[in-house]
Amino acid sequence: MSDLAIRVANLSKQYRIGLAKERPDTLRDLLMSGIHRLRNWFSRTQAGHADTPDQIWALKDISFEVQRGQVLGIVGRNGAGKSTLLKILSRVTDPTEGTGEIHGRVGSLLEVGTGFHPELSGRENIYLNGAILGMRREEIDRKFDEIVAFSEVGKFIDTPVKRFSSGMYLRLAFAVAAHLEPEILVVDEVLAVGDAEFQRKCLGKMNDVAQQGRTVLFVSHDMSAILRLTQETIVLDNGQIVMRAPTPQAVDHYLNMGLTKQGERTWAPEELSQKIGPFRPIALRVLNADGAVVDTVTALDGFTVEFEYHLDEALTGLRVGLYMLTTRGEFVFTTFDTDDPHLFEAHATRARGRYISRCRIPPNLMNEGRFVLGVNASAYRIRRFFQDDKALTFTVDATGAPGTQWPEKRLGPVRPRFEWKIEQIEK
Amino acid sequence: MESMKPNRKSQDQVPVIYLQPSRGWLSLDLRELWRYRELIFFLTWRDIKVRYKQAVLGIAWAVLQPLLTMLIFTVIFGILLETPSQGLPYPLFALSALLPWQLFATALQRSSISLVGNANLITKIYFPRLAIPLSSVMAALVDFGVSFVVLLLVMAYFGFWPGWNILWLLPMTLLTLLTALSVGLWFSALNVQYRDVQHMVPFIIQVWMYASPIVYPIETIPAGIWRSLYGLNPMVGVIQGFRWALLGGTPPDLTMLVSSGVVLLLLISGLFYFRRMEKTFADVV
Repeated sequence: MSDLAIRVANLSKQYRIGLAKERPDTLRDLLMSGIHRLRNWFSRTQAGHADTPDQIWALKDISFEVQRGQVLGIVGRNGAGKSTLLKILSRVTDPTEGTGEIHGRVGSLLEVGTGFHPELSGRENIYLNGAILGMRREEIDRKFDEIVAFSEVGKFIDTPVKRFSSGMYLRLAFAVAAHLEPEILVVDEVLAVGDAEFQRKCLGKMNDVAQQGRTVLFVSHDMSAILRLTQETIVLDNGQIVMRAPTPQAVDHYLNMGLTKQGERTWAPEELSQKIGPFRPIALRVLNADGAVVDTVTALDGFTVEFEYHLDEALTGLRVGLYMLTTRGEFVFTTFDTDDPHLFEAHATRARGRYISRCRIPPNLMNEGRFVLGVNASAYRIRRFFQDDKALTFTVDATGAPGTQWPEKRLGPVRPRFEWKIEQIEK
Repeated sequence: MESMKPNRKSQDQVPVIYLQPSRGWLSLDLRELWRYRELIFFLTWRDIKVRYKQAVLGIAWAVLQPLLTMLIFTVIFGILLETPSQGLPYPLFALSALLPWQLFATALQRSSISLVGNANLITKIYFPRLAIPLSSVMAALVDFGVSFVVLLLVMAYFGFWPGWNILWLLPMTLLTLLTALSVGLWFSALNVQYRDVQHMVPFIIQVWMYASPIVYPIETIPAGIWRSLYGLNPMVGVIQGFRWALLGGTPPDLTMLVSSGVVLLLLISGLFYFRRMEKTFADVV
């Protein structure tokens, strides 16, 4: 018997967009659409799938294999098809085309707390949720204490969960799901919620699962979690696998995806959601010391990052932020254009109009490597107008930086020029 | 040690699941449903538990409902309209019919909207979808059990004691549940796509009630062809059977076999239809 856990071949999933609108609410609609559907059904079975405009392929020709005991990461932007893929693998929905085979029980953490009923107590929900996730009663009995301990809800276990804080609710839900023992565990973005301590606990639990030789499919937007937990990662884009590679490489590819012009990121109006106003981003650019838009800057000379945007109305308390991250998703720094108290007062209110916020990154700060820039515009504690965590990536070249006489790779994202003194204190 | 367990288990035998587009009619796969029997139990238990949570009177509603309905019917149909009641005290005449009827109506109503009501489960987790309407039909049995005790008390009040015929209630109750399930399967699957169904169900139940001998005796329907057609309604046989098993009188006739056949047909077609639509629930609901 092979060590195969999952094999899918040419998996495709088609959705009808506007399906919600199409859902008939009246009898007349029902009859009309019934006739329409019947006609469609006949023509479809005869002529195969027509790619009509109201149908989209959420997944197209996905083929891959996962070996038993492997932890595979899946990354992709929203709408890339990750959730659809997981739904097919966990049998919630059927593929439109293609086949797959899955060796073993699949436990999915598609959304923790599914099936929790607010009126029922924590204890009752453990049993209900366990049964929904496919656990047997005696299995739940056996693990009950462990689940309660993991969830840390303790004495509240007989309280209706509607009285739980969201943190308790979440911990209990994850605790139940984490104590499933399926051969294949599908995890989708469960870590997006919860505090840092809880996230650490969840990651630890997932690590245990992987150590036990079970197969894990892990979907996340958190690149550092992906890097920590997986060795190999699939990058999905537009419903297709664009890459399958060792995780660092795949993450790097993912973070570099979709950049139209090197050194510059622009936002077309149709890219932004309708609700975006009054702050509309226009462009983010990396400029070298000579003021040219470039993909590669030198650490020796320093460089400038500029963010151009338009305010549809006057805004008070606006601050425009810049994040620098490594391609592994670790933060290097965060800075805001009104960090300086003087600027903070001078720009307390910004009138309607077009602006550029420029940030000068001093010479001899960054180490060599590829970096990711994120931008953010918000009024502190009031409203976030805009955020893009991976707006642009660029490369820093370390030629001439401190210590380059030794051609070795320096660890760490920064490489400042520090002041050293060497003193001889004894002869 | 812990870490060895899954490995060993997986080498013994790992169930292989095949994914493929669903085309045509699927097999019923009742074996799988059986494997999920605990889930059906828990869903049933949840339905019951949740229904009376935060209701001051709690399970007392299961007592009040049939009693109050019986009183209303007695006043309107028994006293004001002087409806004949096969020589039985009218309250008893009505209550003995209300018992299976309310079981049927509750089960049908709840199962029809069950899939939509559990949309959050359906879109996230795999399990045999049949578990949902099935458990909502079963949950209706609890109210039935409570009402049954009420009925026995009312019978005692009027000086009626059931004989061995009471055992006939078991197949009658089963037939009631199957009737509710067979229609409920169709309605719940249709309701996923057409929410009209949930608006129609209360009316259908109302019409169905007046098409069953609850407030009036079956003799009101002219004998012959009309009575035979009337007998096709499975609830006619069930209600008549209930009255006969508890209180004596005319036993149900052979049309009951025909109507049971109708139920069976509806049930099997409903099961297949449900299974056929099942795979699209998560996308459509």
